[in-house]
Amino acid sequence: MTEKQVLLKVENLYKHFPIKKGIVFSKQTGAVHAVDGISFNIYNGETLGLVGESGCGKSTTGRTILQLYRPTSGSVVFEGDDLTKLKGENLRRKRRDLQMIFQDPYASLNPRMTVGQIIGEPMEIHGTYKGAAQTKRVQDLLQLVGLNGAFANRYPHEFSGGQRQRIGVARALALEPKLIVCDEPISALDVSIQAQVVNLLEDLQSTLGLTYLFIAHDLSMVRHISDRIAVMYLGIIVELADRNELYANPRHPYTQALLSAVPYPDPFVEEKRKRIILEGDVPSPVNPPIGCRFRTRCQYAKGICAEEKPAFREISKDHFVACHFDIFSQ
Amino acid sequence: MAELLKVEGLETHFQTREGVIHAVNGVSFNLKEGETLGIVGESGCGKSVSMMSMLRLIPSPPGKVVAGKALFEGNDLLTINDEQIRNIRGAKISVVFQDPMTSFNPVLTIGDQVAEPYRVHHKAGKKEALDRAVKYLELVGIPNARERLSDYPHQFSGGMRQRAMIAMGLICEPQILIADEPTTALDVTIQAQIIELVKRLRDELGMAIIWITHDLGIIAGLADRVNVMYGGYIIETAPVKDIYKNPQHPYTIGLLGSLPRMDETGYRRLTSIDGLPPILLEKPATCPFELRCRYAKERCRKENPGLMQVEGDGHFTACWVNPKTGKEY
Ligand SMILES: Nc1ncnc2c1ncn2[C@@H]1O[C@H](COP(=O)(O)OP(=O)(O)OP(=O)(O)O)[C@@H](O)[C@H]1O
Ligand SMILES: Nc1ncnc2c1ncn2[C@@H]1O[C@H](COP(=O)(O)OP(=O)(O)OP(=O)(O)O)[C@@H](O)[C@H]1O
Ligand code: SF4
Ligand code: SF4
Ligand SMILES: [Mg+2]
Ligand SMILES: [Mg+2]
Repeated sequence: MTEKQVLLKVENLYKHFPIKKGIVFSKQTGAVHAVDGISFNIYNGETLGLVGESGCGKSTTGRTILQLYRPTSGSVVFEGDDLTKLKGENLRRKRRDLQMIFQDPYASLNPRMTVGQIIGEPMEIHGTYKGAAQTKRVQDLLQLVGLNGAFANRYPHEFSGGQRQRIGVARALALEPKLIVCDEPISALDVSIQAQVVNLLEDLQSTLGLTYLFIAHDLSMVRHISDRIAVMYLGIIVELADRNELYANPRHPYTQALLSAVPYPDPFVEEKRKRIILEGDVPSPVNPPIGCRFRTRCQYAKGICAEEKPAFREISKDHFVACHFDIFSQ
Repeated sequence: MAELLKVEGLETHFQTREGVIHAVNGVSFNLKEGETLGIVGESGCGKSVSMMSMLRLIPSPPGKVVAGKALFEGNDLLTINDEQIRNIRGAKISVVFQDPMTSFNPVLTIGDQVAEPYRVHHKAGKKEALDRAVKYLELVGIPNARERLSDYPHQFSGGMRQRAMIAMGLICEPQILIADEPTTALDVTIQAQIIELVKRLRDELGMAIIWITHDLGIIAGLADRVNVMYGGYIIETAPVKDIYKNPQHPYTIGLLGSLPRMDETGYRRLTSIDGLPPILLEKPATCPFELRCRYAKERCRKENPGLMQVEGDGHFTACWVNPKTGKEY
C-alpha cells in the first residue's frame, strides 16, 4: 500500500454559538459548545465516517471545516493552507475543492430553478464553464450520476427523493472537488433507494478519486462505506479507528453502548444479543459536564472522571480513545 | 393462541387532484393474543393507512374505506357505531404515533394528557387518573414522575416524550398496542431503551403489538411474525425467522440485500432495487412490483398474484415465480 497522504488536517477546532439575552443591549449569557476541541486527519482518497447522536456536533464540524461557519478557534489545513485564515477571493478559490451534500433532498434544491441551472450555478459563480460548454458539462454530470441528460430542463419537484439526491451530488461535483462532506446524504431516503445512492457515491469515489467525510447516524451504513470512523459525543471525538478495528474492538464505553444499541436485521443474532442500555439523556451542550463528558452516563465512571478531562490518546496503532481507563483491560 | 383481530380485504382510497389514489388494495391478516406483528415496507406502501382505516381514523374526505372488515371481539370495527368505536380506541386498542403533530398538545401538561384516556374510558376522577398516570410514567422509566406531571411537553426530551406517549398508550392496559414508527425520529441508544421497555411491558401485560417500521433491524429482534407491504398489498407474510432466513418475494429479497450488515467482514456491494414504487392511480392489474422486478415473466404483466402458501408453516408470498429456480411455481 502507498503511504497515506494527509488531505485535510483539523486541529483543536472549536465552534461555540453565543446565546444572547436582551433586545436593545444584547449581552452574551452563555454559549452552545457545539464543537469543543477536536483534532483529526482526513487522508487522500479515503472515506472518514463521523457518527454520533443528534446534536453532538457532526453537522457543525462539517460546516466549520468548509468555513460555512467560521470557527471560534483552531485550524483547518487543506493542502497546506489554513482555511480559517483565508478570506475573500482566496477562500472562494480554495472552496472549489471542498463541497457538501445535504441531508434533505427536498429542501436543499431551489424549487424555482431548473436542474440545469442548479447544477450550472457553481460553474457560473466560479466562471469555470460558460454557455454551450456549461450545457454540455451539465449533461455529462447528469449522466455521471445516473440520470438522463435531457432532465436538465425539468424542475426539482418532478423528481423522486433518490433522484433529487443524485442532482445534489451532480451539483457538488460541478467544480471537480477533492473533498466532499456528505451530511446524512441518505437519511431521508427509503431503504431500497439508499443503496442506489451509496453505490453511486462509491463508484464516483473510485473513478474520480474523491475523498469523503461521511456524516450519519446509521452505524451499519457508516461501517459499510467508511475506511475509518470517528465517534462524537457532546462536541468532542471520543474514539477514532479503522472501521474493522472500531467495530471489533470498541474501547470507549460510549462507542460500546452505541454499537450494542444497533439492531441487526437477523432474528437469530438478535435472539442472543445482550444490550448495554444507557441511562438518561445527553446533557446540554451549554454546560457540558466537567472532566469526562460521558461520565453522567458511564457505568465505569470513577472519581478522576469528574476532575480531569481524559486525553485523546493513541491506545494502539491508529486507534485513538478519550478515556482515562482501558475498559477492555479492566 | 386465540385470534384477537381478523382483518379481511381492507381497501382504502384517497381522492386527490391527480385522481383516486388506491392506497390500500385488499389487506387481510390475523393477530393472535399476545402476538407481536411487524409491518414493514417503504414510504407510501400503505402501512399507516391500513391501520388507521381499521380504527376509522382516516380523514374523510379525502379518504374512504371502500371495502373490508376488521373483526374484534365479534364486532366489525368498520360498521359499529361511533360511540362503540370510541370506547375501543385508546382503551382496548391504542396507538402510539411517530408524528409529534398528532401526539402531545403543547399547551396541556404531560400529566393531564397521559391521564386523559383513563379518565375518559374509566370515568375516573382527576386525582385517581393522575395517580394512575404516575404509575405508568414510572413504568416507562420517567424519574420523579409525580413531580413531572405538571411539566409541559417542551420540558421533556424527545426520548422522554416518546416514553410518555407509550405510557399514555398503555394506561388503559390495551389488548392491542399499535406502534406506528414510534422510534424512527430517535437516536439508536434511546431507541434501544424504548424497545427494551416495550418488550418488558409486553411480557408483563400480555398485550399484542402491531409495530410499523421501515427498519428491518428493529423487527428482527421484536416481532413474532412479519407482513411485508408493497403498493397497498401484503406481498409476503411469515414467522420472523422465515422472512429473514428464507425470503420468498423478490421485493423482500431485494430489501434484505440492500442492507449493510455489521457482522460482515469483507466488502459487499449493496444490491439496489432500481426504479420507484408505483403511483397507484388505479388498482394494479399486474403484479405491483413488476416494473422493478428482475424475475418478471410474461404472466406477471397480465395477472396480479394473490398471497399463496409456500414452504414453511404460515409462509405466504404474492409472486408467480420461485426465486430459487427463476421459474413459475
Ligand atoms: N446555527 C446555530 N446556532 C446555534 N446553535 C446551533 C447552531 N447550529 C447548531 N447548533 C447547536 O449546536 C449543537 C450541535 O448541532 P449539530 O447540528 O452540529 O448536531 P448534529 O450532530 O449534526 O445533529 P443531528 O444528528 O441532529 O443533525 C446542537 O446543540 C445545536 O442545537
Ligand atoms: N390524506 C391523504 N390524502 C391523499 N393521499 C394520502 C393521504 N394519506 C395517505 N395518502 C396516500 O396513501 C398511500 C399510503 O400512505 P401511508 O401513509 O399508509 O404510507 P406508509 O406506508 O405509512 O408510509 P410512511 O413509511 O411514509 O409512513 C400513499 O400513497 C399516500 O400518499
Ligand atoms: S473517562 Fe471515565 S467517565 Fe469517561 S468514559 Fe472513561 S471511564 Fe467513563
Ligand atoms: S409476480 Fe412476477 S413481477 Fe411480481 S414479484 Fe413475482 S416475479 Fe416479480
Ligand atoms: Mg446534523
Ligand atoms: Mg406511515
